Amino acid sequence: MWIYEKRLQYPVKITQTNPKLAQVIMSQFGGPDGELAASMRYLSQRYTMPYKEVTGILTDIGTEELAHMEIVSSIIYQLTKDLSIEEIEKYGFDKYYVDHTLGLWPQAAGGTPFTATYFQSKGDPITDLHEDMAAEQKARTTYDNILRLVKDPEIADPIRFLRAREVVHYQRFGESLRIVQDNLDSKNFYAFNPAFDTKSDCGCK
Amino acid sequence: MSNKPNRKELLNRINVVSFAVDDVKLFLDTHPCDTEALAYFHEYSKLRNQAMHEYAKYYGPLTVDTTVESCSDRWNWINEPWPWQEGGC
Repeated sequence: MWIYEKRLQYPVKITQTNPKLAQVIMSQFGGPDGELAASMRYLSQRYTMPYKEVTGILTDIGTEELAHMEIVSSIIYQLTKDLSIEEIEKYGFDKYYVDHTLGLWPQAAGGTPFTATYFQSKGDPITDLHEDMAAEQKARTTYDNILRLVKDPEIADPIRFLRAREVVHYQRFGESLRIVQDNLDSKNFYAFNPAFDTKSDCGCK
Repeated sequence: MSNKPNRKELLNRINVVSFAVDDVKLFLDTHPCDTEALAYFHEYSKLRNQAMHEYAKYYGPLTVDTTVESCSDRWNWINEPWPWQEGGC
Protein backbone atom coordinates (compact mmCIF):
# COMPACT_ATOMS: atom_id res chain seq x y z
CA MET A 1 0.00 0.00 0.00
CA TRP A 2 1.26 3.45 -0.82
CA ILE A 3 -0.18 6.92 -0.22
CA TYR A 4 0.71 9.79 -2.54
CA GLU A 5 1.98 13.04 -1.06
CA LYS A 6 1.48 16.00 -3.37
CA ARG A 7 4.95 17.55 -3.04
CA LEU A 8 8.49 16.71 -4.12
CA GLN A 9 10.92 15.40 -1.50
CA TYR A 10 13.24 18.19 -2.70
CA PRO A 11 11.90 21.16 -4.71
CA VAL A 12 12.61 21.54 -8.45
CA LYS A 13 12.25 25.02 -9.99
CA ILE A 14 13.97 25.23 -13.36
CA THR A 15 13.23 28.36 -15.38
CA GLN A 16 15.45 27.71 -18.46
CA THR A 17 14.77 24.73 -20.75
CA ASN A 18 17.70 22.57 -21.92
CA PRO A 19 16.74 19.55 -24.07
CA LYS A 20 20.36 18.41 -24.37
CA LEU A 21 20.75 18.05 -20.61
CA ALA A 22 17.27 16.53 -20.31
CA GLN A 23 18.43 13.66 -22.55
CA VAL A 24 21.42 13.03 -20.27
CA ILE A 25 19.54 13.32 -16.96
CA MET A 26 16.87 10.96 -18.34
CA SER A 27 19.28 8.09 -17.61
CA GLN A 28 18.52 8.54 -13.90
CA PHE A 29 14.83 7.95 -14.69
CA GLY A 30 14.98 4.85 -16.92
CA GLY A 31 18.69 4.03 -17.28
CA PRO A 32 20.80 1.15 -15.87
CA ASP A 33 21.58 2.95 -12.57
CA GLY A 34 18.45 5.07 -12.46
CA GLU A 35 15.84 5.62 -9.77
CA LEU A 36 13.18 3.36 -11.35
CA ALA A 37 15.57 0.39 -11.37
CA ALA A 38 16.61 1.22 -7.79
CA SER A 39 13.05 1.27 -6.50
CA MET A 40 12.05 -1.94 -8.30
CA ARG A 41 15.23 -3.69 -7.07
CA TYR A 42 14.63 -2.99 -3.37
CA LEU A 43 10.86 -3.43 -3.44
CA SER A 44 11.29 -6.80 -5.20
CA GLN A 45 14.07 -8.06 -2.92
CA ARG A 46 12.29 -7.37 0.39
CA TYR A 47 9.83 -10.29 0.34
CA THR A 48 12.38 -13.02 0.98
CA MET A 49 14.58 -10.95 3.34
CA PRO A 50 14.52 -12.86 6.67
CA TYR A 51 15.67 -10.02 8.99
CA LYS A 52 13.16 -7.37 10.02
CA GLU A 53 15.64 -4.46 10.09
CA VAL A 54 16.64 -5.19 6.49
CA THR A 55 13.05 -5.76 5.29
CA GLY A 56 12.36 -2.31 6.76
CA ILE A 57 15.32 -0.66 5.04
CA LEU A 58 14.46 -2.23 1.64
CA THR A 59 10.85 -1.02 1.97
CA ASP A 60 11.75 2.49 3.09
CA ILE A 61 14.63 3.06 0.65
CA GLY A 62 12.57 1.49 -2.17
CA THR A 63 9.83 4.00 -1.34
CA GLU A 64 12.26 6.95 -1.21
CA GLU A 65 13.56 5.93 -4.67
CA LEU A 66 10.02 6.45 -6.03
CA ALA A 67 10.18 10.00 -4.66
CA HIS A 68 13.58 10.40 -6.36
CA MET A 69 12.13 9.16 -9.65
CA GLU A 70 9.54 11.92 -9.30
CA ILE A 71 12.28 14.53 -8.72
CA VAL A 72 14.23 13.35 -11.81
CA SER A 73 11.02 13.27 -13.87
CA SER A 74 10.16 16.82 -12.77
CA ILE A 75 13.64 17.98 -13.83
CA ILE A 76 13.19 16.38 -17.28
CA TYR A 77 9.67 17.82 -17.62
CA GLN A 78 10.81 21.34 -16.76
CA LEU A 79 13.89 21.10 -19.02
CA THR A 80 11.69 20.20 -22.03
CA LYS A 81 8.51 22.17 -21.25
CA ASP A 82 6.93 23.97 -24.25
CA LEU A 83 9.91 23.35 -26.56
CA SER A 84 9.45 24.66 -30.09
CA ILE A 85 10.08 22.40 -33.08
CA GLU A 86 13.11 24.59 -33.92
CA GLU A 87 14.61 24.00 -30.44
CA ILE A 88 13.87 20.27 -30.71
CA GLU A 89 15.83 20.09 -33.98
CA LYS A 90 18.64 22.41 -32.88
CA TYR A 91 19.45 20.49 -29.66
CA GLY A 92 19.11 16.98 -31.08
CA PHE A 93 15.90 16.13 -29.23
CA ASP A 94 14.24 14.99 -32.47
CA LYS A 95 14.96 11.26 -32.00
CA TYR A 96 13.16 11.25 -28.64
CA TYR A 97 10.43 13.60 -29.86
CA VAL A 98 9.40 11.39 -32.78
CA ASP A 99 8.34 8.55 -30.45
CA HIS A 100 7.24 10.40 -27.30
CA THR A 101 6.65 14.08 -28.26
CA LEU A 102 7.36 15.79 -24.90
CA GLY A 103 5.96 12.92 -22.80
CA LEU A 104 8.07 11.24 -20.11
CA TRP A 105 9.25 7.70 -20.91
CA PRO A 106 11.86 5.67 -19.03
CA GLN A 107 14.98 5.17 -21.16
CA ALA A 108 18.76 5.47 -20.79
CA ALA A 109 20.58 8.53 -22.15
CA GLY A 110 21.59 6.49 -25.23
CA GLY A 111 17.95 5.58 -25.99
CA THR A 112 17.86 2.00 -24.63
CA PRO A 113 14.43 1.36 -23.07
CA PHE A 114 14.08 0.60 -19.36
CA THR A 115 14.35 -3.12 -18.64
CA ALA A 116 14.10 -5.32 -15.53
CA THR A 117 17.51 -6.75 -16.51
CA TYR A 118 19.01 -3.56 -14.98
CA PHE A 119 18.58 -5.13 -11.56
CA GLN A 120 18.61 -8.47 -9.82
CA SER A 121 16.54 -10.05 -7.07
CA LYS A 122 18.59 -13.13 -6.23
CA GLY A 123 16.82 -14.40 -3.12
CA ASP A 124 20.07 -14.51 -1.13
CA PRO A 125 20.46 -11.68 1.44
CA ILE A 126 24.28 -11.41 1.09
CA THR A 127 24.12 -11.36 -2.71
CA ASP A 128 21.21 -8.89 -2.80
CA LEU A 129 22.82 -6.47 -0.33
CA HIS A 130 26.11 -6.48 -2.24
CA GLU A 131 24.12 -5.61 -5.37
CA ASP A 132 22.33 -2.84 -3.46
CA MET A 133 25.58 -1.28 -2.19
CA ALA A 134 27.05 -1.41 -5.71
CA ALA A 135 23.86 0.10 -7.13
CA GLU A 136 24.07 3.10 -4.77
CA GLN A 137 27.70 3.71 -5.79
CA LYS A 138 26.85 3.40 -9.50
CA ALA A 139 24.02 5.93 -9.09
CA ARG A 140 26.40 8.22 -7.18
CA THR A 141 28.94 8.03 -10.03
CA THR A 142 26.19 8.82 -12.56
CA TYR A 143 25.15 11.91 -10.59
CA ASP A 144 28.82 12.97 -10.39
CA ASN A 145 29.05 12.56 -14.19
CA ILE A 146 25.86 14.62 -14.62
CA LEU A 147 27.17 17.36 -12.32
CA ARG A 148 30.27 17.77 -14.53
CA LEU A 149 27.94 18.59 -17.44
CA VAL A 150 25.57 20.90 -15.53
CA LYS A 151 26.37 24.62 -15.23
CA ASP A 152 22.91 25.91 -14.23
CA PRO A 153 22.57 26.05 -10.39
CA GLU A 154 18.79 25.50 -10.70
CA ILE A 155 19.53 22.03 -12.13
CA ALA A 156 22.64 21.24 -10.06
CA ASP A 157 20.89 21.87 -6.72
CA PRO A 158 18.36 18.98 -6.80
CA ILE A 159 20.97 16.72 -8.48
CA ARG A 160 23.32 17.32 -5.52
CA PHE A 161 20.52 16.38 -3.12
CA LEU A 162 19.95 13.10 -5.00
CA ARG A 163 23.69 12.37 -5.02
CA ALA A 164 23.89 12.85 -1.25
CA ARG A 165 21.03 10.40 -0.71
CA GLU A 166 22.95 7.68 -2.62
CA VAL A 167 25.75 8.04 -0.08
CA VAL A 168 23.33 7.72 2.87
CA HIS A 169 21.59 4.71 1.31
CA TYR A 170 24.97 3.03 0.75
CA GLN A 171 25.69 3.51 4.45
CA ARG A 172 22.34 1.97 5.51
CA PHE A 173 22.85 -1.02 3.18
CA GLY A 174 26.32 -1.51 4.65
CA GLU A 175 24.76 -1.71 8.11
CA SER A 176 22.14 -4.09 6.73
CA LEU A 177 24.85 -6.40 5.39
CA ARG A 178 26.47 -6.36 8.83
CA ILE A 179 23.13 -7.33 10.45
CA VAL A 180 22.80 -10.25 8.01
CA GLN A 181 26.37 -11.42 8.68
CA ASP A 182 25.87 -11.18 12.46
CA ASN A 183 23.06 -13.69 12.06
CA LEU A 184 25.15 -16.19 10.07
CA ASP A 185 27.89 -18.67 10.85
CA SER A 186 30.84 -16.34 11.53
CA LYS A 187 33.30 -18.96 10.24
CA ASN A 188 31.51 -19.25 6.92
CA PHE A 189 28.95 -16.65 5.84
CA TYR A 190 28.07 -18.84 2.86
CA ALA A 191 27.37 -22.02 4.84
CA PHE A 192 23.70 -21.55 4.10
CA ASN A 193 21.29 -19.10 2.46
CA PRO A 194 19.04 -17.83 5.27
CA ALA A 195 16.29 -17.05 2.77
CA PHE A 196 16.24 -20.62 1.41
CA ASP A 197 17.98 -23.23 3.58
CA THR A 198 15.37 -23.20 6.33
CA LYS A 199 16.69 -26.39 7.94
CA SER A 200 19.66 -24.44 9.31
CA ASP A 201 19.20 -22.85 12.71
CA CYS A 202 19.90 -19.24 11.84
CA GLY A 203 18.00 -17.86 14.85
CA CYS A 204 16.24 -15.41 12.60
CA LYS A 205 12.76 -16.83 12.23
CA MET B 1 -6.87 35.87 8.66
CA SER B 2 -3.88 37.72 10.13
CA ASN B 3 -2.39 34.46 11.40
CA LYS B 4 -2.47 32.86 7.94
CA PRO B 5 1.02 31.43 7.34
CA ASN B 6 3.05 32.37 4.27
CA ARG B 7 2.64 29.56 1.75
CA LYS B 8 6.26 29.36 0.66
CA GLU B 9 7.55 29.42 4.21
CA LEU B 10 5.09 26.79 5.37
CA LEU B 11 5.93 24.52 2.44
CA ASN B 12 9.62 24.95 3.12
CA ARG B 13 9.02 23.99 6.75
CA ILE B 14 7.14 20.87 5.60
CA ASN B 15 10.05 19.93 3.32
CA VAL B 16 12.62 20.45 6.08
CA VAL B 17 10.85 18.54 8.87
CA SER B 18 9.72 15.79 6.46
CA PHE B 19 13.30 15.26 5.33
CA ALA B 20 14.41 14.94 8.96
CA VAL B 21 11.74 12.25 9.39
CA ASP B 22 12.75 10.48 6.12
CA ASP B 23 16.41 10.38 7.09
CA VAL B 24 16.08 9.30 10.73
CA LYS B 25 13.51 6.67 9.69
CA LEU B 26 16.19 4.88 7.65
CA PHE B 27 18.67 5.18 10.53
CA LEU B 28 16.12 3.68 12.96
CA ASP B 29 15.53 0.70 10.64
CA THR B 30 19.13 -0.42 11.23
CA HIS B 31 19.41 1.07 14.78
CA PRO B 32 15.97 0.33 16.31
CA CYS B 33 17.21 0.69 19.92
CA ASP B 34 18.87 4.11 19.54
CA THR B 35 16.91 6.25 22.05
CA GLU B 36 18.41 9.54 20.85
CA ALA B 37 17.32 8.84 17.27
CA LEU B 38 13.91 7.73 18.49
CA ALA B 39 13.39 11.00 20.40
CA TYR B 40 14.51 12.94 17.30
CA PHE B 41 12.00 11.00 15.18
CA HIS B 42 9.11 11.76 17.55
CA GLU B 43 9.99 15.45 17.72
CA TYR B 44 10.09 15.92 13.94
CA SER B 45 7.21 13.58 13.20
CA LYS B 46 5.00 15.74 15.44
CA LEU B 47 6.17 18.96 13.73
CA ARG B 48 5.51 17.38 10.34
CA ASN B 49 1.96 16.35 11.24
CA GLN B 50 1.17 19.83 12.55
CA ALA B 51 2.56 21.51 9.43
CA MET B 52 0.71 19.12 7.08
CA HIS B 53 -2.60 19.90 8.79
CA GLU B 54 -1.88 23.63 8.78
CA TYR B 55 -1.07 23.55 5.06
CA ALA B 56 -4.28 21.67 4.24
CA LYS B 57 -6.33 24.18 6.21
CA TYR B 58 -5.07 27.21 4.27
CA TYR B 59 -3.77 25.93 0.94
CA GLY B 60 -5.39 22.57 0.20
CA PRO B 61 -4.47 18.97 1.02
CA LEU B 62 -1.08 17.38 0.27
CA THR B 63 -2.36 13.91 1.25
CA VAL B 64 -5.78 12.32 1.10
CA ASP B 65 -5.84 12.13 4.91
CA THR B 66 -5.73 15.92 5.29
CA THR B 67 -8.52 16.67 2.78
CA VAL B 68 -10.96 17.15 5.68
CA GLU B 69 -9.03 20.23 6.85
CA SER B 70 -9.92 22.21 3.75
CA CYS B 71 -13.69 22.48 4.08
CA SER B 72 -15.23 23.21 0.73
CA ASP B 73 -18.05 21.93 -1.44
CA ARG B 74 -15.50 21.15 -4.15
CA TRP B 75 -12.98 18.32 -4.50
CA ASN B 76 -9.82 20.31 -3.71
CA TRP B 77 -7.28 17.52 -4.34
CA ILE B 78 -7.12 18.30 -8.07
CA ASN B 79 -7.25 22.10 -7.77
CA GLU B 80 -3.82 22.93 -6.38
CA PRO B 81 -0.92 22.56 -8.85
CA TRP B 82 0.92 19.22 -9.07
CA PRO B 83 4.48 19.19 -7.71
CA TRP B 84 6.21 19.39 -11.10
CA GLN B 85 4.06 22.32 -12.29
CA GLU B 86 4.60 26.04 -11.80
CA GLY B 87 3.43 27.03 -8.33
CA GLY B 88 3.49 23.38 -7.25
CA CYS B 89 5.17 21.99 -4.20
